[in-house]
Amino acid sequence: MKIFHNFLRKFLKNLFKKKKEIKLGFYGPPNGGKTTLANKVSMDWIGEEVGKVSGVAHETREIQIKEEITIKSKGKELTFNLVDTPGIATKIDYEDFLKSGMKEKEAKIRAKQATKGVVDAIKWLDDMDAVVVVLDSTKDPYSQVNITIIGNLEARKIPVLIVANKTDLKKSNVKKVQAAFPQYDVIGISAKYGKKIDEFYEALFKLTRR
Amino acid sequence: MLTLQFVPYSDIGHLSSEKKTQKLIKVVKENKIVLLEGKLRSNEKSELIRKTMEEIDDKFKGIEIEELEMEKKNSALIERLRAMFINLVLGSRRGMTIIGPATIIKEIKKDPNKIQLLTDEGKKRKKKQK
Repeated sequence: MKIFHNFLRKFLKNLFKKKKEIKLGFYGPPNGGKTTLANKVSMDWIGEEVGKVSGVAHETREIQIKEEITIKSKGKELTFNLVDTPGIATKIDYEDFLKSGMKEKEAKIRAKQATKGVVDAIKWLDDMDAVVVVLDSTKDPYSQVNITIIGNLEARKIPVLIVANKTDLKKSNVKKVQAAFPQYDVIGISAKYGKKIDEFYEALFKLTRR
Repeated sequence: MLTLQFVPYSDIGHLSSEKKTQKLIKVVKENKIVLLEGKLRSNEKSELIRKTMEEIDDKFKGIEIEELEMEKKNSALIERLRAMFINLVLGSRRGMTIIGPATIIKEIKKDPNKIQLLTDEGKKRKKKQK
């Protein structure tokens, strides 16, 4: 009778338990390809984009969320809220935006928005259940921004997957990224062309242990 | 003219993360390059970045930051054990952190034996031997 009672209690508890949605954050320095990758994932599974992409740094200046994306592979399923964040930087100069053809007033507004975006990205770090750190594999991975982001995630015990993006470019060096962060899974992809994207999805299952 | 200001660990070690970053940014906003004894923890670095973003305006564009390790990579086992012990004793005091205004320092390049601060003054280079 007691066994039956315990079984019934567990069964009813699981029946009415609210399913916790995983918040999967995309973090990294500006122009690494976070939004390009977020758009690729979102288009693949729900047919919608997350945000706008351009060659100008700090295109993403607000937290952008796509809820309830479900990815499926080999009988496994993973549902998450995708959180695309502004690139984290230690400096923002409105004059850099002038070089992209913007007028001064517009450039200053964009710089202000970009600084707020970085602040928001840092604040949201605490809320993430798992994080994909998207790095440009043509650039030096040993930057203090990368080390700071990954160090904070490690301190908060948030699982991390590192993506070495832009493998379609000649200067791409995935091995350098792997050597910089040997304690983490590092996967080389091209978010723009979808190269190795299936391996990325497999890595997400491993990241969230599903 | 570049001004380097050495900040010993004893000046900031006892401060909260918020006070630490406020003090460092205050010096950097005076157009000085901070040579900080020791290293900041990850949460302190993110706090520094956050505070920097809030201070950015037409004159202050942010910071460049780099850390110097005191031990050489790929050193012998006995050296690594010695370094681990020293880290245990000294903690955050080990190593050095360079923080400078982005208006003066365009880039900080680091390789195993030296650190270079690339400024905008006619593409002059300053080398700092470790």
